[in-house]
Amino acid sequence: MKNKNSQKAEERPSRCPDNSAFKQQRLPAWKPKLTAPTVLSSFFVIGLFCLLVGICLILSARSVKEIQINYSDTCRDCSKLREDSSNWDKECNCSAHFTLQENVTGDVFLYYRLENFYQNHRRYVLSRSDAQLLGQDVNIQNSYCAPFSTYSNGTPMAPCGAIANSMFNDTIHLSYYINSSTAIQVPLLKSGNSWWSDKNVKFRNPSSYNLSSAFAGTARPPYWQKPVYLLDEEDERNNGYINDDFVIWMRVSAFPTFRNVYRRLSPTKQFADGLPAGNYTFHIAYNFPVTKFKGKKQVLLSTITWSGGSNLFLGIAYTVSGAVTVLAGFIITAIHLKFRTKKTYFQRQNPSR
Amino acid sequence: KRESETRTVRSNLLLPEPEVEKPRRGPLASNRLKTTKYTALSFLPKNLFEQFHRLANVYFVFIALLNFVPAVNAFQPELALAPVLFILAVTAIKDLWEDYSRYRSDNEINHMECLVYCRNEKKYVNRFWKEVEVGDFVQLRCNEIIPADILLLSSSDPDGLCHIETANLDGETNLKQRQVVRRFLELDSEFDPLKFTSVIECEKPNNDLSRFRGYIVHKSGKKDGLYKENLLLRGCTVRNTEEVTGIVIYAGHETKALLNNNGPRYKRSKLERQMNIDVLWCVLILIAMCLFSAIGHGLWVWQYNEKKPVFDVPGFDGNYLSPVLAAVYLFLTMIIVFQVLIPISLYVSIEIVKVCQVFFIHQDKDLYDEETDSQLQCRALNITEDLGQIQYIFSDKTGTLTENKMVFRRCTVSGVEYSHDANARRLAMYQEADSEEEETPAKGGIVSQRDSISSHQSMKVVHRSLSTKSHRRTGSRAEAKRASILSKHTAFSSPMEKDITPDSNLLEKVNECARSLEFMRSHEQSLSQLTPELSDIFDFFIGLTICNTVVVTSPDQPRQKVRVRFELKSPVKTIEDFIRRFTPSRLTSGSNSSSSSSLSTSKSMHRLGSNSLSTTSTESTLLKLEEKFAHSAQMNNNGYSSQQGRKAIGIRPEERELRYEAESPDEAALVYAARAYNCALVGRLSDQVSVELPHLGTLTFELLHTLGFDSIRKRMSVVVRHPLTDEINVYTKGADSVIMDLLLPCSSDDPRGKHQKKIQSKTQNYLNLYAIDGLRTLCIAKRVLSKEEYACWLKSHLEAESSIENREELLFQSALRIETNLHLLGATGIEDRLQDGVPETIANLRKAGLQIWVLTGDKQETAINIAYACKLLDHDEEIITLNAESLETSAALLDQCLQYIETKFSNSTIDKSVGTMTVGFGPLSPPSSSLHSTLGLVIDGKTLAYALDKTLEDKFLSLARRCRSVLCCRSTPLQKSMVVKLVRNKLKAMTLAIGDGANDVSMIQVADVGVGISGPEGMQAVMASDFAIPQFQHLEKLLLVHGHWCYSRLANMVLYFFYKNAMFVALLLWYQFYCGFSGSSMIDQWYLIFFNLLFSSLPQMITGVLDKDIPADVLIAVPQLYRSGQKMEEYQPHMFWMNMIDALYQSLVCFFIPYFTYYDSDVDIFSWGTPITTIALFTIILHLAIETKTWTLFHWSSCIFSILLFFIVALVYNVSCPICYPPSNPYWTMEKLMGEPMFYLTCLISPVTALLPRFLYRTLQGTVFPTQLQLGRQLTRLPPETRSQNLDRNCSKVCNQNPTSQPFQHGNEPAFPTNTRAEHTTGLSVMASPPGALLCGENKHSSVANSEVQSPRIPHNTSEMESISVGEMFPWNSTIDQSGFSLLNWITSTPLFIRFGRVLQLSPSPLQNELAFGRSGHSF
Repeated sequence: MKNKNSQKAEERPSRCPDNSAFKQQRLPAWKPKLTAPTVLSSFFVIGLFCLLVGICLILSARSVKEIQINYSDTCRDCSKLREDSSNWDKECNCSAHFTLQENVTGDVFLYYRLENFYQNHRRYVLSRSDAQLLGQDVNIQNSYCAPFSTYSNGTPMAPCGAIANSMFNDTIHLSYYINSSTAIQVPLLKSGNSWWSDKNVKFRNPSSYNLSSAFAGTARPPYWQKPVYLLDEEDERNNGYINDDFVIWMRVSAFPTFRNVYRRLSPTKQFADGLPAGNYTFHIAYNFPVTKFKGKKQVLLSTITWSGGSNLFLGIAYTVSGAVTVLAGFIITAIHLKFRTKKTYFQRQNPSR
Repeated sequence: KRESETRTVRSNLLLPEPEVEKPRRGPLASNRLKTTKYTALSFLPKNLFEQFHRLANVYFVFIALLNFVPAVNAFQPELALAPVLFILAVTAIKDLWEDYSRYRSDNEINHMECLVYCRNEKKYVNRFWKEVEVGDFVQLRCNEIIPADILLLSSSDPDGLCHIETANLDGETNLKQRQVVRRFLELDSEFDPLKFTSVIECEKPNNDLSRFRGYIVHKSGKKDGLYKENLLLRGCTVRNTEEVTGIVIYAGHETKALLNNNGPRYKRSKLERQMNIDVLWCVLILIAMCLFSAIGHGLWVWQYNEKKPVFDVPGFDGNYLSPVLAAVYLFLTMIIVFQVLIPISLYVSIEIVKVCQVFFIHQDKDLYDEETDSQLQCRALNITEDLGQIQYIFSDKTGTLTENKMVFRRCTVSGVEYSHDANARRLAMYQEADSEEEETPAKGGIVSQRDSISSHQSMKVVHRSLSTKSHRRTGSRAEAKRASILSKHTAFSSPMEKDITPDSNLLEKVNECARSLEFMRSHEQSLSQLTPELSDIFDFFIGLTICNTVVVTSPDQPRQKVRVRFELKSPVKTIEDFIRRFTPSRLTSGSNSSSSSSLSTSKSMHRLGSNSLSTTSTESTLLKLEEKFAHSAQMNNNGYSSQQGRKAIGIRPEERELRYEAESPDEAALVYAARAYNCALVGRLSDQVSVELPHLGTLTFELLHTLGFDSIRKRMSVVVRHPLTDEINVYTKGADSVIMDLLLPCSSDDPRGKHQKKIQSKTQNYLNLYAIDGLRTLCIAKRVLSKEEYACWLKSHLEAESSIENREELLFQSALRIETNLHLLGATGIEDRLQDGVPETIANLRKAGLQIWVLTGDKQETAINIAYACKLLDHDEEIITLNAESLETSAALLDQCLQYIETKFSNSTIDKSVGTMTVGFGPLSPPSSSLHSTLGLVIDGKTLAYALDKTLEDKFLSLARRCRSVLCCRSTPLQKSMVVKLVRNKLKAMTLAIGDGANDVSMIQVADVGVGISGPEGMQAVMASDFAIPQFQHLEKLLLVHGHWCYSRLANMVLYFFYKNAMFVALLLWYQFYCGFSGSSMIDQWYLIFFNLLFSSLPQMITGVLDKDIPADVLIAVPQLYRSGQKMEEYQPHMFWMNMIDALYQSLVCFFIPYFTYYDSDVDIFSWGTPITTIALFTIILHLAIETKTWTLFHWSSCIFSILLFFIVALVYNVSCPICYPPSNPYWTMEKLMGEPMFYLTCLISPVTALLPRFLYRTLQGTVFPTQLQLGRQLTRLPPETRSQNLDRNCSKVCNQNPTSQPFQHGNEPAFPTNTRAEHTTGLSVMASPPGALLCGENKHSSVANSEVQSPRIPHNTSEMESISVGEMFPWNSTIDQSGFSLLNWITSTPLFIRFGRVLQLSPSPLQNELAFGRSGHSF
């Protein structure tokens, strides 16, 4: 800066600064005035807009149908059983009934919901190895997975880390009673529920001629009942690390109470338009202990809309904000009106003076 | 031990083996200039070391390192280092760049060339500056820059003189004379370096430019003293001398120029101090938050006790942490997570913003002075905002308030006053011309001189290109000066100062005097036959002409000084010629013994002085002296006749244009004045002065001694031998107070003495009159010394001169001895004209609430009159003058004054209750009501010294505080700084000191903000200052506009910074409630770390640099707006907390709207955290948008850029690599989110809701109870005509009203209390009003207050008319109704308001009043 100045000085004798708008701080500028008349319109516009959006959101959220069953309460026996970790290999089945009063149309998702499960615990969130999940042959010894990285004999865990180790492993089936006695399995899709990017980019199985050989030399995480390559024996593209249930579980939720997509209704036969009204039963293989940490497990059936799920909050927030803004607008108007009378008084005063 | 205090320099040419001697030379610096701080190797460690001196950096590095501890790490350790490294890198790059530019300029200077004597080639060869070493012989040509401190050994000048221009060093443009070391002057042959065998002993390098002491020991064992006159200083330029040679004494960094160069200053501004307190609060908040989280986490872990949940991950060893240990670890983790609360980028941002602010201040055209081609300089980069908070201004008078252009106005000689009316008329004409068309005279001057310059310039061209390069370092000011030299030749010679119209009476007398002198000379009569008056006049002008240090040059021969002597060597015999023949000087030396030359005498004396003085030697001196005088008397008589002949042929010197280069403007003014009376100084050499007189021709005075001016003696003297009378005369010029005491006491017995006494008293009267006119007065006196007296004095003087230890002290004593028993000749009055716009500036600054104190060294009367002239004191003001002779009287005086003021206050209240009016007279107990603002305090240096005593300073301050203006006269530099310090420390006020001279340096350094005026008095003040402005009037814009802007911008930016960080961190805190206080963050670590650095930093910086709350013209027009800065209105402690609360609210909104929106959904942690980040960014930027007052293109683009940058970074980051950023894995998050309407809906509503309260508050506040600043802002929205109308009508007319034209009378008084009451009642019905009116409501208040109190001096008028005018002027009810809140505040904060219901009559004349007071002071 200084150099430039003195160069300039050499060129022209005067060291007078440039008379440019920038240097003289005279740039054309918009000078908003925060007084009643100028902002009044914005208050009303924003307020009304918010009200409108809020009402739309509420209406759309209300169209969502949702059934929620707390099966950690319903299956108290199983819950008790799982509290003792020594019973880990004992099977426990449980079922929960419910009745749909009306048809549930549209895309229907089956969620499991956990309460008080702190998936967002700092060390829990870190406890994973993305490189391993991408199918790379990495030494996980020093990764964030510790202490769920290797067994004491040095066998690495696949997948490693606390997140994978604590994966939700209940199996839930839904059956529909066509009539009071015959029940048919509701067709549910296992895959396609996770993010496309997760399934296709972030998660890769180690390459090998088959999965079991790919995972040779590794062991399942301690809490798992079966190794990772047996997560879905029926579908090769939904097995191993790219198993949808696993992928979804690995996407750690933001809050201690959360739901994860478990299955999606396959729109076939009588379920083409969604779930018809009638009686249903959830058949649950209860493996995942929650009562230890005062958690709860629920199973959910829900449709979705453009604006998300059944949560009314955003709509309410918009409505309330809109209302408040409009109210503020009125207050300002009132003040402004009072002010304006004074002003005209003054304006009359002014010329006369 | 003595060795260590001196330096020994020998010629390098004598050293047999340079290689061997090199090591010995070690401690002596070479001439290589190295101002760089670093080398390539040392840069990193040294720079880092320096940076870690900043506590904040240490803190952030500590946190980053904490991340490397696995148990507590929160982020990827490498990433956590990023911001710290970034900050360090930015600073390092800045330092590196600065250092590099220093290196480049160093290099340039190092590679400048000069001629150095080379032993091998036996001649001077070109060498680079950096190769010059101590002991080298350097030859310099005219206009070359001196490469090192060089002892002058030879000069092409016949008198062994060398002229240098020291503008680079001290900004003084006049030429200074330097002399060749005496013994070398006598060399008959040319100086040969190879023969130089002497050894030089001198002081260690020091930074005192005005001092150099040492001696040179010759081979013969003889010693010669060395003085500053022998030293050529590095950086100066050789002028008017063909060629000089010298030996290098100090080189490189040991030169005085470089030792004086201490870079920019670092101060901590008030705002920053306040900010640091809030940073500490932030630390406390941070610790509290961390503790809270830690306890929360401990409890959370504890509640699961033995049942370890699957999501509680054990440590690496597989063991679970105990709750307590977990809490401890978490505490550290949280410090890392919440680190953003302590704004890492705050310090860097502030630094950058300040640099930009400085840039804009620099660029302001209004702070540019065309005349001197200089602009404002910011020398302290980091106290720009202090300019907006100044409460007290301490100003120097001369050169600051006044132009320091001395113009001869009038004089009195031997008791007769010559009023110089024509001259006064001429000056008035200049004033008019100035105001009408400023350009014309200057241009005309340049054009007329153009021809003469052109040659000068062309010769300079080569050297100029060189010199400009070097100037870049030493200060661009010097260059400005240079430009002004080119156009004007000399600093103190504007036509106004030069062309003095002589007073016809005096001119007549001068002519008469000259005629009679001529007559007497031609008739060989004694000069004593001249009437005393005429002889006084003659001596007066001789005194004016020769009693100075003015150097004469001629523009026609720019490279040669006017060599009167050469001309005189014409065939025609002159006095000088005779003298030269009989008293051989160095020019013709060798032929005669030196005994008869005065100089040789002094030399012999010198020798004697250095040995032990014996009585015989004294006698011999006397003898020599007498012998010499006999000689010269004889030849003088001979010279009479020949003089005639010379005059017949000779050219009159006046026809040539002579330039006078003076050290101070007074000197030049006096010499020009004398020239106007045809008594022209035509030449000055070290030992003689030539004066051209009418009829008499050129008289040459042998200059025996010059006793320079100093501020303690306050006078200077020359000792000359008068060519006509052949007497030894002492001409003394000095301040009247000193001279008057030194006059020869005259007995009232003999008539002559009586007459003299009369003259003295008359002169004293005139001096008083001059002072009242605001003129600077100087007395001229003379003393005739007998030879015995002279010889006696000479002995001791030479002794003093030759001593190396405390030479100054001895010389001072010596001067005191000779300057006694003076005969008063006359006195002069020099006008120091006020600078342009000073009264207006003072008025405006005062309206801005600034207290202005003037601290001057001038005498009381002059100071008071200048103060009146610049409206610092008002003629209606009551002036308290404190003059005391002792501590006790000062104490009593102060008490009395305080009591007096108290009485007035109490009286006024009593009056109010009684409802009657008391009119009283009397100096000490005028029972009158008064605001403190109508008091002016004048205190002189002596009393000030007592008042600053520990016991009295509180009283003095409490008195001074009550006065509207304070004037300290005759104050020493030290006192000035003490006063500033006192106000600064005791009143805790922000102080600004402004001055232009060396005597202001200490006060400039002490004040919070030091401002230097880059006037002609040199650079010392500028060098010591934080800001340097060309003229006093620029202070107005600097403070009112730039100060306000800088303060308001920075205050808002700092507050915003705190808000921003708090808001962002609070989001993380809320999340802890939902993650078991485990320290996890939903915001990706990348966003977390770069949020401050990248995404949200630019808009706030742009706002910090460019935001303008109020345009400049309004700030100038309504100076009251400045008070917001003084009261720290924009950044008060509670504002920090308000901002924190707002941040809390906003973060709650920004957290919980997304929380509830995504509650019970399958959202994952980062898909939820990214919208929050986005929302936070929107909110933060919109918050800034609400706070931004002016939207330029930069604001818009920076906001848009920030948001775009965030999205681009997020999108790229989320798509670039699925596994590269462990432990976070944000792959595709943003892409996915941007496909969902929920994201947009959330991002829309949250900022709106978060900002609604602030927006509403700002709106309501702006509508209902706008602050002064908001009103000012609204004023700008009015069309210009309306605005000016509003302002004119409501402010200017009222504020600037002259009390005499708008009289207010007692008749109105009853109306005021009711009005006051009305305000109190109506003040609460808060209503808005047109800005102009409301704003000026305050004005009216204060001005009414003033005017009302001022009113008593105005004769009573008809009160009906008065009330009408009041009604017209002040539509009180309406204004008061409207002004509401702020007005109410004002009233309540001004308790005095209610007291001035009564106004009382004071003695009508302020002067009388003040004098009375002064007398009473003395009478204690």
